[in-house]
Amino acid sequence: MSKEQSQLRVTDLDGVTRFEFVDRDILDEASIRSIGEEMLTRIEAAAKPRVVITFQNVEHLSSAALGTLITVSSAVKKKGGQLCLSDIKPSILEVFRITKLNRVFTIHPTAAEAVKSLA
Amino acid sequence: MGASPAKASQWSGKLHPRRDEVEAAQVLLAGALTAHNFDEAICFAVRLALEEALVNAFRHGNRDDPTKHALVDWSITDDEVTIQVTDQGSGFDPGSVPDPTAEENLEIPSGRGIMLMRAYMTEVEHLAPGNMVRLVYRRKQS
Repeated sequence: MSKEQSQLRVTDLDGVTRFEFVDRDILDEASIRSIGEEMLTRIEAAAKPRVVITFQNVEHLSSAALGTLITVSSAVKKKGGQLCLSDIKPSILEVFRITKLNRVFTIHPTAAEAVKSLA
Repeated sequence: MGASPAKASQWSGKLHPRRDEVEAAQVLLAGALTAHNFDEAICFAVRLALEEALVNAFRHGNRDDPTKHALVDWSITDDEVTIQVTDQGSGFDPGSVPDPTAEENLEIPSGRGIMLMRAYMTEVEHLAPGNMVRLVYRRKQS
């Protein structure tokens, strides 16, 4: 099942919810808020969420986007679920390293590997 | 005698917290950086730093008041990028922002903007009374 909105593509497969950013830039605060709300709604609806967020299309993101990812991660943990990130370009991965968020998130090279790790 | 210094690209404008205005400025900035032969990695760094400075200006300086603006000035030469962002707030103490990379703060959602600016730029200076930030990137000499 796939549902496409303006900023987020959501796919549920074998109990894993995959969020894929549609836009190249995750910078606009209103969009980031909307993305966060969509993710949190899905997570709240799951008993024990298993979530992959894939960054395949993303070329720029701001600290506000990082903040939303942390909020989403906390919501997943609170429900005893698991969250992985994948397909992060080297320039964006550097942002995670600088902020040490690579220690907070489990990051896989590809979405397939991320999904497999949650199986 | 060495070569004469390259002519600087300069721009100054008022930006409101609207994506179209910010995006238009970012496009101009990217064009100026490319014209001065800054590579993709530097464009990424400078763009991110300006984005974070503007978020701070709009959110913390102007307290999300959509009628207030941030004044942006930049000067770009082949060797150096200087961007100044001034908001209409009363200023703040950058020293009051906790280290977001400290173990106890890693999972706090906010407070990473200044850190990212400092990581990517050569100099980040908050000027008194704290409503103005100057970002400088100096090309590394090979």
